[in-house]
Amino acid sequence: MSYRTPLSNVKGLGTANEGSEHFWRQRVTGLANLLLSVFLVYAAFHLVGQDLTTVKAFFQNPLHFVLSTAFVMSATYHMRLGMQVVIEDYVHNEGSKIGLVILNTFYTAFVALAGVYSLLKLSFGA
Amino acid sequence: MVQLTLPRKSKPKQGKTWNKPEKGGNWREFHIYRWSPDDDENPQIDTYFVDMDDCGPMVLDGIIWIKNKIDPTLTFRRSCREGICGSCSMNIDGTNTLACTKGLDEIKGAVKIYPLPHMAVIKDLVPDLNHFYAQHRSIEPWLKTTTPEPQREWKQSIEDRAELDGLYECILCACCSTSCPSYWWNSDRYLGPAALLQAYRWVADSRDEATGERLDNLEDPFRLYRCHTIMNCAKACPKGLSPAKAIAELKKKMVERKY
Repeated sequence: MSYRTPLSNVKGLGTANEGSEHFWRQRVTGLANLLLSVFLVYAAFHLVGQDLTTVKAFFQNPLHFVLSTAFVMSATYHMRLGMQVVIEDYVHNEGSKIGLVILNTFYTAFVALAGVYSLLKLSFGA
Repeated sequence: MVQLTLPRKSKPKQGKTWNKPEKGGNWREFHIYRWSPDDDENPQIDTYFVDMDDCGPMVLDGIIWIKNKIDPTLTFRRSCREGICGSCSMNIDGTNTLACTKGLDEIKGAVKIYPLPHMAVIKDLVPDLNHFYAQHRSIEPWLKTTTPEPQREWKQSIEDRAELDGLYECILCACCSTSCPSYWWNSDRYLGPAALLQAYRWVADSRDEATGERLDNLEDPFRLYRCHTIMNCAKACPKGLSPAKAIAELKKKMVERKY
């Protein structure tokens, strides 16, 4: 039993003073993904069935390296933003929610770093 | 986690059939959700038959006929019977709408009536709307100005007044908010389509001087940004308004003031 007024419940802890930036970045990374996936399709067509030497040569091209790294970074950031929204929507226990939001950051950071490392190795590795 | 199934005590059971008609006559079958706070029973779906030769054409006419002629304990809100008070909102034939403007001829087969979804029920078809009204109150739905009041009315051009079309008509029946999955899961923090449409109604008002504070009040991942453009609100609105569009306009204003 709580004697809080309905208005007090609605006002809760007040506004977080953020939200628009998250929304906007999700749109901008979405647009970047859309444009960069054109390059991704091009790369896939070029590289399917090729040997390692050809693949390395492809990523040693500066433009190819930059575009593929941009795709990895934009896609993983977009993934993090989107997954955070899903967690906030469906997980209501405050502890689990914070835990999952942190795990989400760690996981996407790991995927991003692994992707960038692989591209660096292909581009600059022996 | 979000609760995807009803709690055990909220699952509706088959209820009683009140007046199975004898042969002949023009009878329409109604299945209506019943729940009383006075006993410890689960909700039940009761069956009634309405004599269509003795009853008006709308769903509200049907349930008033039942209350008058068969079962005076059937509980629901109603007032104006012409779609302007917003009292008789309920879930009819799977959609939230007003019983007074929903024609019985629009429904095939038995008329199935439930209270507005995902709300605490007070009795039968009457949901608890206290939280919903407090959300409307929280967006401060009144004209706010700091300029000293003019001798006569605040003036508004015809074009500026037209900005409020599609917003001022809202009757706060709650059909939109209670049709929204985001509102079902997060109504404790998400303001919902009805309150946000009203928030935009005051942001769009050329006479209002508190636009910045109004937007500040919505700058929150839950209050505004739980809207994922599902569009159930626009589909449900019995007045043909689009809360989804109003929310999109709010999001545009939020970005616009950053750049």
